[in-house]
Amino acid sequence: MTAVLCRHFGLNHIEIAEDIASDTFLRASEHWAINGIPKNPTAWLYTVAKNKTKDYFKHVSVFETQIKEAIKPKETEAEIDFEFSEQHIFDSQLAMIFAVCNPANSIEAQICLALQILCGFSMEEIANAFLTKTETIKKRLHRARANLRNDNFQIKILSETEIKSRLDTVLKTLYLLFNEGYFSKTNNHLIRKDLCSEAIRLTLLLTENPLTNQPQTNALLAVMCFQSSRLEARTDDKGEVVLFDEQDKKLWDKSLIERGNYYLVNAFIGNEVSKYHLEAGIAYWHTTPTDKNKWQHILQLYNQLILIEYSPITALNRTFAFAKVYGNKKAIIEAEKLNLTGSDYYHELLGYLYSETNIAKAIEHYEQAIRQTKSKTEKQTLTKEIERLKKVSQT
Amino acid sequence: MKEFALIFRLKDIADFKPTPEQMQERMNWLAGIASQNKLVDKGNTLLPSAESAKTVKPNNVVTDGAYTEIKEFISGYIVVKTDTIDEAVEMAKANPIFDQVGGSIEVREVLKRD
Repeated sequence: MTAVLCRHFGLNHIEIAEDIASDTFLRASEHWAINGIPKNPTAWLYTVAKNKTKDYFKHVSVFETQIKEAIKPKETEAEIDFEFSEQHIFDSQLAMIFAVCNPANSIEAQICLALQILCGFSMEEIANAFLTKTETIKKRLHRARANLRNDNFQIKILSETEIKSRLDTVLKTLYLLFNEGYFSKTNNHLIRKDLCSEAIRLTLLLTENPLTNQPQTNALLAVMCFQSSRLEARTDDKGEVVLFDEQDKKLWDKSLIERGNYYLVNAFIGNEVSKYHLEAGIAYWHTTPTDKNKWQHILQLYNQLILIEYSPITALNRTFAFAKVYGNKKAIIEAEKLNLTGSDYYHELLGYLYSETNIAKAIEHYEQAIRQTKSKTEKQTLTKEIERLKKVSQT
Repeated sequence: MKEFALIFRLKDIADFKPTPEQMQERMNWLAGIASQNKLVDKGNTLLPSAESAKTVKPNNVVTDGAYTEIKEFISGYIVVKTDTIDEAVEMAKANPIFDQVGGSIEVREVLKRD
């Protein structure tokens, strides 16, 4: 809703759009509690929002014409002109993401803003996505919003070059949106399919537009398809996570794997190898159940990926693949060099690597992971694993 | 953190082309450093053959091939960041090149030109 409202307001009034959106939902909760939920709740919400917007503009126009006329005469004109043609970006959500990905801000700040305003992420979720502290994100967002206001920009038709130059940041945003859905750590859900499908929808739109239908866009969509193909198999009926080795491969969605293959082939038009190409390659190998060199391929792809861009998650996943190829003993040496003691995944990985040879150490790491994770379901899964190890050591 | 260049030297041009297995081991080593977030620059390979390498000396003297006064020639470099030179030396020690073909790795602190 904020996105749609912003189309009418211009982005320098994001706060107002957000206020109206939340006002509308407040009205809804009061009104619906008394009168019951209307037949078409979406339409109801938009009508209320529209009226509130009209009221706002009435206020503003009085203010603008009588008081501030000299300062900002063009404000309302620009708003009438505003329209997206098919050649440009037609989806309001997507258009907003492109608008927020404004080079006036740093790339990180652009992505933070997009995730907060458009994808409805909480500060905590953004901090998780960036593997950083909530406080840092709060400051970053505050500064970014100020920058946008100072820049006094609004959603306008972006030129071809602007769209192309912003595409990388937009893809990164969609990638993080998908990942938050796939590896959700907040709200005690391990998977939030709504976020995954929204990310896929938006990326799909990008492939339908010749300007944004680039190799890396297809590669990203391939990653999403491959990952989504395992969504059903990743949790059991109690909502607990099922580890990769234990997944029922019959639950993997073959049609999504085929879609992934299709986009992956499209991604190899041209010579470019982006991080999404490598991730799609890794995800592709994960969907092939048996191949004796599977983990070799995956390790090589992770090697390339970590050279393109360091991230703690890539480093940990690479070490897992290393263990699959060279054994846990050598992988423990690699893992302990990573110096990621603040990460619950790090302790999970070491717990896993030690579980064959040193159960006491494995339990120690799993317990540390439980202390550090915020996810309830992860805690349950790890507690179970500890119980299993304790039983093994008794026999 | 300080930055150090690791400069690779090989003894024999014949060692220059690694086998796929040797290549994989070298990649594992490099990615291992990157996984610790200590790789500043993944560097480049420097081609040693006559058509790809020349050495220029005073009085317009130019010789073909890589500089091999000390028999070894430079085959490439990377840049890492570590707290101490000893840590960079430990990284170099773990390079699979020593088991594969020998050679040497020179560790040099980088002084940035501003």
